[in-house]
Amino acid sequence: MTASPAPRLSVGAIPYYWPKQQVDDFYAMVADSPADIVYLGETICAKRNQVRFEDWLDIAARLTAAGKEVVLSTLALLEAESELKRLRAICGQEDYLVEANDLGAVQLLRGKPFAVGHSVNVYNHRTLELLAADGCRRWVLPVELTRETLAAMQRQRPAGMETEVFAYGRLPLAYSARCFTARARDLPKDDCRDACLEDPDGMVVDTQDDNRFLALNGIQTQSARTMNLLPALDDLRALDVDILRVSPQSQYTGEVLALFHKVRAGELAPAAAGEALAALMPTGPCDGYWRGAAGMDALAVA
Amino acid sequence: MELVCPAGNLPSLKAAVDNGADAVYTGFRDDTNARHFAGLNFTAGKLADGIRYAKGKGKRVFIAMNTYPRPDGIARFEEAVDQAAALGVDALICADIGVLDYAARRQPKLNLHLSVQGSATNYEALRYYHEHFGIRRAVLPRVLSMAQIEHVIEQSPVEIEVFGFGSLCVMVEGRCILSSYATGRSPNTYGACSPASHVEWIETDTGLDTRLGGVLIQRHAKGENVGYPTLCKGTYRTDGRTYHAIEDPVSLNAMALLPQLAAAGVAAVKIEGRQRSPVYVKQVTRVWREALDAFARDPEHFAPQAEWTAELAKVSEGAQTTLGPYHRPWQ
Repeated sequence: MTASPAPRLSVGAIPYYWPKQQVDDFYAMVADSPADIVYLGETICAKRNQVRFEDWLDIAARLTAAGKEVVLSTLALLEAESELKRLRAICGQEDYLVEANDLGAVQLLRGKPFAVGHSVNVYNHRTLELLAADGCRRWVLPVELTRETLAAMQRQRPAGMETEVFAYGRLPLAYSARCFTARARDLPKDDCRDACLEDPDGMVVDTQDDNRFLALNGIQTQSARTMNLLPALDDLRALDVDILRVSPQSQYTGEVLALFHKVRAGELAPAAAGEALAALMPTGPCDGYWRGAAGMDALAVA
Repeated sequence: MELVCPAGNLPSLKAAVDNGADAVYTGFRDDTNARHFAGLNFTAGKLADGIRYAKGKGKRVFIAMNTYPRPDGIARFEEAVDQAAALGVDALICADIGVLDYAARRQPKLNLHLSVQGSATNYEALRYYHEHFGIRRAVLPRVLSMAQIEHVIEQSPVEIEVFGFGSLCVMVEGRCILSSYATGRSPNTYGACSPASHVEWIETDTGLDTRLGGVLIQRHAKGENVGYPTLCKGTYRTDGRTYHAIEDPVSLNAMALLPQLAAAGVAAVKIEGRQRSPVYVKQVTRVWREALDAFARDPEHFAPQAEWTAELAKVSEGAQTTLGPYHRPWQ
């Protein structure tokens, strides 16, 4: 197999709650896609149980057979002992790299190779050096940081550390003890009746003057707009970014991956892809964080 | 249980000390802490005065250094850590592991606390901070239930402080960037949530709109009470319903839970509000001191007195209080 042109493409863990069949179909599509790396597992809510740990391992085996690098991802917000128990099972297996999304996971992974996701606050190179000393070999830029901050961190990144950037998807903005999807449906969290199954891309929150502002995804709040950094590919390459992450959406993720691949292969200009991608987004684009502005701003010239 | 009270300036620090705080937490006058507001916080000189005052009365002073430096800010943070050590603060409250590491190595005598901004919601995370940096205390994010707090304390290598009163973050602290999504500035990077520099108050034909970074947060009818446009307390629409989609504009008041907090082994209870006035600090500190003393005298029969609750309601955001994450309906 020939190596993919840099940077590599990853598919982030599915942030939403989808029925098992949809999850299986999604990864069948990913297996045939140009993605190089696939992050698997539940990162938002431990109550989502359509796909169990053993099911994730089955999916992982199929993707590995299809030539993908598989990484098992973990919950961002760890509260209950039952959640720690599941975390220990993920961190204890030896077949796949694990993405820690909380320092509790880092604690369990110390001494072996691991990755940290965007919900671990890596805001400077000192932090990255400490994580590297514990075994971290890949990090994801926290989504609110800018191109300038990434540039400064890349100049001082530890040897052997891979840098991944969240390049496409609704932005992860916050996590809570409360379930906003259940709240919207007037259900208590402990009897939520899997309310978030009805919102395969989250539930959009409009301001009172009709600005599609946020998307509620259980205990997570996302941006309604989709971050898109593909137009910044030249900058990302100049900064030696190793991996671009595409966050799943319920439709068109295959098309999104294909467009990313065409651009990295030099078959399509980044600007042209920007327009094509905008048509695939549930609400429209943003890229303000990367450019040092408000996250919701859309500044790239399409 | 230690009572830890906020001070955004010297008069507030004195008000806290004089009204029964066991410890007062403060911040330097810059973006090294999560209450980076114009005119607020301490120069090194003023903090030295405050520490002298508090120590003279047998009270402790903490300093919060709980934002996340980016590479170009590291030198400033290191200077601030050294300055805090030179001032002889009783604890430094940090979030960033780079800052914690510097403090632990360069100022080994400094007593380190993990800030709520460090987002530690489980004991494995607490072990990480304890084993690496020797933290002695952690402030828990306002997301855990009473039962979860008990469980964390049973397994925790360090003592635990929880929020007892004040404005309520409904999101895990240190992991909320709603503010920078609308304004470019967040608690993590800039030390402020929903910063005043990005707020607009706009009169309309029907009343008053409040906006943050141009985003409509609240639409008030004429004569209605107008609150500060904090992003997570705004009124929005989902599925045709208009409501507080994220959180109601309420404050936390966990006083009724003092017996459970004590039984769980909570070491300290924290009052939010470094940005509030000396009058707020005085009133809230005095009421909580009375409550803690009453509980110590007769733990079996403790209940918040009506006049305490009324006094606290006067200074609460939205004049409404909640037990927040500590009680069942949130979980």
